[in-house]
Amino acid sequence: MLASLTVHELGARFRRGEATPSQAAQAYLERIDALDPQVRAYLTVTREEALKQAAAADLRFKSATPLGPLDGVPIGLKDVLCTRGIRTTCGSKILETFVPPYDATVVARLREAGAVVLGKLNMDEFAMGSSTENSAYFSTRNPWDLARVPGGSSGGSAAAVSADLAAATLGTDTGGSIRQPAAFCGNVGLKPTYGRVSRYGLIAFASSLDQIGPFGKDVEDAALMLRAIAGHDPLDSTSVDVPVPDYAAELGKGIAGLTLGVPAEYFIEGMDPEVKAATRAAIAALEKLGARTQPVSLPHTEYGLAAYYLIAPAECSSNLARYDGVKYGLRAPKARNIVDMYSKTRAQGFGREVKRRVMLGTYALSAGYYDAYYGKAQRVRTLVRRDFQQAFERVDLIVAPTTPNVAFKMGEKEDPLQMYLNDVFTIPVNLAGLPGLSVPAGFTRTGLPIGLQLIGRPFEEATLLRAAHAYERATEWHKRKPALP
Amino acid sequence: MAEPKISLKDVEHVARLARLELSEADKERMRRELDSILSYIDKLRALDTEGVEPTAHAIPMTNVMRDDMPRPSLPQEDMLANAPERSGEFFRVPRIIEE
Repeated sequence: MLASLTVHELGARFRRGEATPSQAAQAYLERIDALDPQVRAYLTVTREEALKQAAAADLRFKSATPLGPLDGVPIGLKDVLCTRGIRTTCGSKILETFVPPYDATVVARLREAGAVVLGKLNMDEFAMGSSTENSAYFSTRNPWDLARVPGGSSGGSAAAVSADLAAATLGTDTGGSIRQPAAFCGNVGLKPTYGRVSRYGLIAFASSLDQIGPFGKDVEDAALMLRAIAGHDPLDSTSVDVPVPDYAAELGKGIAGLTLGVPAEYFIEGMDPEVKAATRAAIAALEKLGARTQPVSLPHTEYGLAAYYLIAPAECSSNLARYDGVKYGLRAPKARNIVDMYSKTRAQGFGREVKRRVMLGTYALSAGYYDAYYGKAQRVRTLVRRDFQQAFERVDLIVAPTTPNVAFKMGEKEDPLQMYLNDVFTIPVNLAGLPGLSVPAGFTRTGLPIGLQLIGRPFEEATLLRAAHAYERATEWHKRKPALP
Repeated sequence: MAEPKISLKDVEHVARLARLELSEADKERMRRELDSILSYIDKLRALDTEGVEPTAHAIPMTNVMRDDMPRPSLPQEDMLANAPERSGEFFRVPRIIEE
């Protein structure tokens, strides 16, 4: 079954001539036809285009000139990434008809690597949410239990990988939107260092926090995807010119001699005892593999969430000012004048959570509140960053749970604040701009995945991947597949 | 009952700034939800940040420059293709200056 293979396994079959990219694309498209009506990961399936790209890859393998490890590999893209000629909705009604005139840099790089794009994946509107229930179109389901959420905001990207509806996908992570759904769906999700991957063509939510990263069926796949998308881009002035290592080649070196920090602040009252137990067991497994562990303290962790819910909405309120019904997207009819047109367009085009954050951000930035709210949050951000800097003077990596709980039921978290609290372990990493990864670390008694989070120093994704890979090889969690009807 | 953090009047003012039309029912609901979030955020007050520099970006960088070289822009027709309303090579909008 081609669709159950990892990217590296699929690539090996292509190179040995045991399968072709067209067969792989066909297998995935058939599986999407059969299962996506239940999982609902895709907003748009680009069937024709995918088969065309696959046929071109077939020829490259035939002439023994493949482009690299992603050539002919069927992938999916979160619908926040601009794709030339392919509708890009951002999960919002305001962009329902938007067809970008250019590719995001990451999309262009994956195309140059020969990857076959199967389609665009569902998400919380403008990447605001932790369950994909905020999509203006429909809710994506967790492949392990269709009554539960896949996490968010990159819920479609996470569900697609776990349900074998794509070999690998891209998502984005502003406060946990890759790592949390990866934990909920039981796959590998990597948020790179801020600046590691170009954000050009990524529809902006919170520009100082947003980062694009991969979902993979295993660690090696995440490494291959990161290698393809990382690197400096003159079109994104916040992308950093640091050499991109061959991440996959770094795997297999083991973790003997690494020092891992265990933050007490990530084992809190009220968290799921099974998540706590799985995290402790994973730390013990890492020790057995030769890593040393020691306690570290990240004392400002509990303030991270509050600071985030000022900084992210402030940046969002500014970024989303562009949706005014003038150059693209929805325009409300029958406006009295231009201000009325703006106000009605935004009222009709934005969903409840987006409006809430635009309002919160506008309030936090408005006259009289700027220093008390936005200024304060930026100072707290410094304290959160310092916590990590001090910890990384003594340890190479930090290990912690990705989320305090496993996937919750759809409709369970009606109160916005309860939804936000779900991101308490992922948000500090974005505030500090660090790389973070979630790797499968077990299941609850009821069969729901649990994620282990690894956090590294800036631009040390290779160390994260190496440790996650060592852990993955010592366990079998990533080999389990959800039983889909 | 604690003093509300945000009044209905504040909500109306902020909605105007954000160019967001809210129905009467929306306004009260928004007020309640923002109030709850702001009450949570209030925990930041407990933290002494005197003398702490603010962080705008986690990875420090300033003044990223490139050579000032002319290069082609995206084609005009492509950029107009998504316009909700256009007039020739312009984006058409409702009247801006009131009569």
